Amino acid sequence: MSQQFSGNLGTVLRRELASYFATPVAYVFILIFLIMAAAFTFYLGGFFEREIADLEPFFRFHPWLYLFLVPAIGMRLWAEERKYGTIELLLTLPITATEAVIAKFLAAWLFIGLALVLTFPIWITVNMLGDPDNGVILAAYIGSWFMAGGFLAISACLSALTRNQVVAFILAVVVCFLFLLSGLPMVLDPFRAILPQPMLDAIANLSFLVHFSSISRGVIDLRDVLYFALVIGFWLIANRIVLEIKKAS
Amino acid sequence: MIEAKSLTRRYGPLLAVDRISFTVEPGTVLGFLGPNGAGKSTTMKMLTGFLPPTEGTAVIFGHDIITDSLAARRIMGYLPEGAPLYGELTVAQFLDFTARARGLRGRQAERAIAGSVDRLTLGEVLPQTIETLSKGFKRRVGLAQAILHDPRVLVLDEPTDGLDPNQKHQVRQLIRDMAEDRIVIISTHILEEVDALCNRAMIIASGRLLADDTPQGLLRRSRYNGAVTLAVDDAQVVASKLSELPEAAEVEIRRGRLTVFPSGRGNLFDAINRRLTEHQIRIDEIQLEGGRLDEVFRSITMEEAA
Repeated sequence: MSQQFSGNLGTVLRRELASYFATPVAYVFILIFLIMAAAFTFYLGGFFEREIADLEPFFRFHPWLYLFLVPAIGMRLWAEERKYGTIELLLTLPITATEAVIAKFLAAWLFIGLALVLTFPIWITVNMLGDPDNGVILAAYIGSWFMAGGFLAISACLSALTRNQVVAFILAVVVCFLFLLSGLPMVLDPFRAILPQPMLDAIANLSFLVHFSSISRGVIDLRDVLYFALVIGFWLIANRIVLEIKKAS
Repeated sequence: MIEAKSLTRRYGPLLAVDRISFTVEPGTVLGFLGPNGAGKSTTMKMLTGFLPPTEGTAVIFGHDIITDSLAARRIMGYLPEGAPLYGELTVAQFLDFTARARGLRGRQAERAIAGSVDRLTLGEVLPQTIETLSKGFKRRVGLAQAILHDPRVLVLDEPTDGLDPNQKHQVRQLIRDMAEDRIVIISTHILEEVDALCNRAMIIASGRLLADDTPQGLLRRSRYNGAVTLAVDDAQVVASKLSELPEAAEVEIRRGRLTVFPSGRGNLFDAINRRLTEHQIRIDEIQLEGGRLDEVFRSITMEEAA
C-alpha cells in the first residue's frame, strides 16, 4: 500500500467519521443497536433461561439486527453525496474513485465495529455468571463484524444507484434479505424449475445465515470469513463501477 | 496552459458538448457564456476530471485529464455549480479535510488554510457548522476550498449566482486578485460579469463553441457598436434630419430615444454633432454606444437555434 493511497484513505475516512458524529446519526444508531441487541438476547434468546455461559443467544440474532440497521448506515454513503452535489467536490480532489469507495466503506465499517465493541457489558455479564470460552466469543465477534461488512458493502453499492436515500435503503434491505436467506426454500423455489441442482446448491451456499450460523456457535472456519471477505470485495468493485456509470446523471 | 482538444460529451443520445477546442494562456480570465443547458457546466466537469469525455481530451499544464488525471487535478481548484459543501461539518473541519486531500500536512496545511481564510474573511465563522451559514458565507467557503492549495487553474461554475450585489462585487474582486499568472475559467449567464471580469469570452450554445473573443471584440460585433443614441424633444423631425447623413446607415426611434447606426463612412458622432449645431437642435442627452453584449449574445445564440 503506497503512502499516498493510505494517506488519501485516511483523509476521506476521517471526514466520514466526523460527519457521523456531527449529526445525531451516530448516537441514534449506537443506542438503537445496543437496545435491540440486548432485547433480542434476553427476551428472544432466553439468555438467562438457558443457563449456559456463552453468547450464542446474543450472536444468533445479529443477522436480523444487521438486516435493517446496516442499510440504514449504508444508504447515505453515496446517495447523499449525489443529492447535495458534494460528489463533484470529492471526485475532483486528487483522490481516486477507488480510494473514495474503500474509505467510505471502511469508515462505516469501523463505525459499526464501534457499536459492536460497545456491547461489551454483555461479555462482562457472561463472564461474571460463568466461565465461557472467550476465544469462541472473540471469534464470533470477528465473524459478526465481517458479516456486517457484507451487508454494508451491498448497501454502499446500492446507495450509488440513486440520489434518494429511502430508495437506497429499501433496495439494500431487499438485496440483503435475499443474501441472508438464499439457502431457504423461499428464495430457492422460484429458481428450482429453471436451474440445475449444482447451481441451486451454489445459490444456497451464498446464504449469510449458513455461513454465520457456524461462526455464531464459535466454530470459526477460515472459509466462512473468506466468504464474507469475498462478498465485501465483490460489492465494492460493483460499487466502483456503479459510481462511474451513475455519477454523470 | 490549457489545451482542450475536441472535447465531446454525450449523455445517452443527447450531445451535451460537441467537439470544443481551445487554448488558454496564464493570466487569462476566461468566461464561458451561454444559455442554461448549453454545455458550460459539462465542459467544466470534464476539465476538472469529474466526467470523462466521450471523445477528445484536454491537457492542463502538460497533464492529460484522461491519462494523468490526478496530476491535472492537483493543480486545479474547482467550485462546482451551486457550491456544494459538507453541511454537517464546521468550516474549520471542512477546510482541514480539503487541505489534507490536497496532500498538505502540518504547518503547510495550517498556512494554506490561514491564507485562504484570510483572503475570504472567514475567520469569524471557522467554528460554525456550514449549514448554519448564510448563502454568501457558504459561497466563500466554497471558494476558500478551491484556492486553498494555490492552484494554477481555477474553475468556477457560476461563482456569483444567487448572491446579492455586494457579495457579487466581493467575489469578482477576489477573482480579479487571483487572476494574475493563473488561468481562471468562470461560467455565467450574467453578461455584465463577462465585461467586468474576463479578458476573454466564449459563447457556448447547444454544446458548440460559437464565439471566442475578448469582451471588446464581442462588443464590436454588435450593431450598436459606434451607434449614437440621443434624447430629443421631437424625435421624428431630428430622425429625418440625421438619416440624410452619409455617415448614418439607419435611424431607430424607441421610447422617445433616437439611435443612429453607423454606415462605416466617417465619424458618425462628429457628423451628428455638426448637424445638430447647424440646425440648432437642443438635445437632452447624447451617448456614443460601445455595443450591447446582450444583443450580440442573442444574435449569436439565436442564429444557432434557427
